[in-house]
Amino acid sequence: MNATNSTNELHRRSDRRVPGGADGDDEDDLGMRLRRADTTDVAALVDATLRRADAEGLVDVGWVVEDTPVGPLMLAATPAGVVRIEFGGGERVLEELASEVSPRVLRLPGRLDDVRRELEEYFAGRRRSFDVPVDRRLSRGYRRTVLEALSREVPYGHTVSYKELAERTGNPNASRAVGSAMATNPIPIVVPCHRVLRTGGALGGYGGGLDTKVWLLRHEGALLG
Amino acid sequence: MTLPPFQSLLDAHAPDLYRFLVAAVGRHDGDDLFQETVISALRSYPGLRHADNLRGWLFTIAHRKVIDQARRRVRQPVPAADPPDVPQLDADTIVDAELWDAVRRLPPKQRSAVVQRYLLDRPYAEIAAVVGSSEDAARQNVRAGLQRLRQEVTR
Repeated sequence: MNATNSTNELHRRSDRRVPGGADGDDEDDLGMRLRRADTTDVAALVDATLRRADAEGLVDVGWVVEDTPVGPLMLAATPAGVVRIEFGGGERVLEELASEVSPRVLRLPGRLDDVRRELEEYFAGRRRSFDVPVDRRLSRGYRRTVLEALSREVPYGHTVSYKELAERTGNPNASRAVGSAMATNPIPIVVPCHRVLRTGGALGGYGGGLDTKVWLLRHEGALLG
Repeated sequence: MTLPPFQSLLDAHAPDLYRFLVAAVGRHDGDDLFQETVISALRSYPGLRHADNLRGWLFTIAHRKVIDQARRRVRQPVPAADPPDVPQLDADTIVDAELWDAVRRLPPKQRSAVVQRYLLDRPYAEIAAVVGSSEDAARQNVRAGLQRLRQEVTR
């Protein structure tokens, strides 16, 4: 139906631009017949093409948007692992990935099968830690050190303060830097920055919104009520 | 210089790219050439030095695939015993089989130019960029293509 509409649209545009078909093309009904061709949906062919491109190593970032109990998540992975998770499924992140990783950013659900399955198990309460490989290239320096320590040392259902996490990386005075590492965590949930609270137990902040942070902590049994 | 995510090129241009290729070479070869066009484009995309006219860039690659395919056809003619190369045309997709068969017998430049002009409604400046010629030459390609179609196709 859309295809038919767009074909009609072509007719209209062409008719406007070529009144009476007299633009030097010697146009007649042949031109009209040439305009009439149409093809069916190209989506399946695109999917097949991208699977082939992936097999040939041409998809540097594959992504998909997945619905979860905390709302849509945009999941993105390089061949090395999960590189980015974004709350809200915001496709503006694709631009960021194009400039920071590679412009070969393509919708490739198959690339995300493992992390989708692990997230589904996590949200169903059947998984306490993630086994999928992660690609940490979007965090550098001390921020990366902190996020690695977080993954390693703060398990499911536990929380830690910004200060404690700073201490565990050997920089007891770096709570502020720990805070910015959490705020810029490229792979939330899988790298569990929701488990980091203020000293004394205040929630602090969260990129996915405080409601989401509370939901995740309750889900893990780390908050009562 | 930042290039947009390749996905946005596909979202914007894949339907027209496919229509162009099916019109130029038929449904079966159109599927193959679509894949080859996208694969070739992906190979060179990260090395592009500017993001001007990405649509034209994509269709230039597709046009070259049409030329390559025409050359392969010349080198390996279809055995006489085979049925003539009539593409599978669904009545509701490409409606005018006789005309499109004739389009597919045009020399590749005329073919691309005619399809760009009529099926995709592109301006001559863009057609010229796609087939790699001057605007006048593109105009001439379209005119010559139409003339030849008119001789071959019943009205």
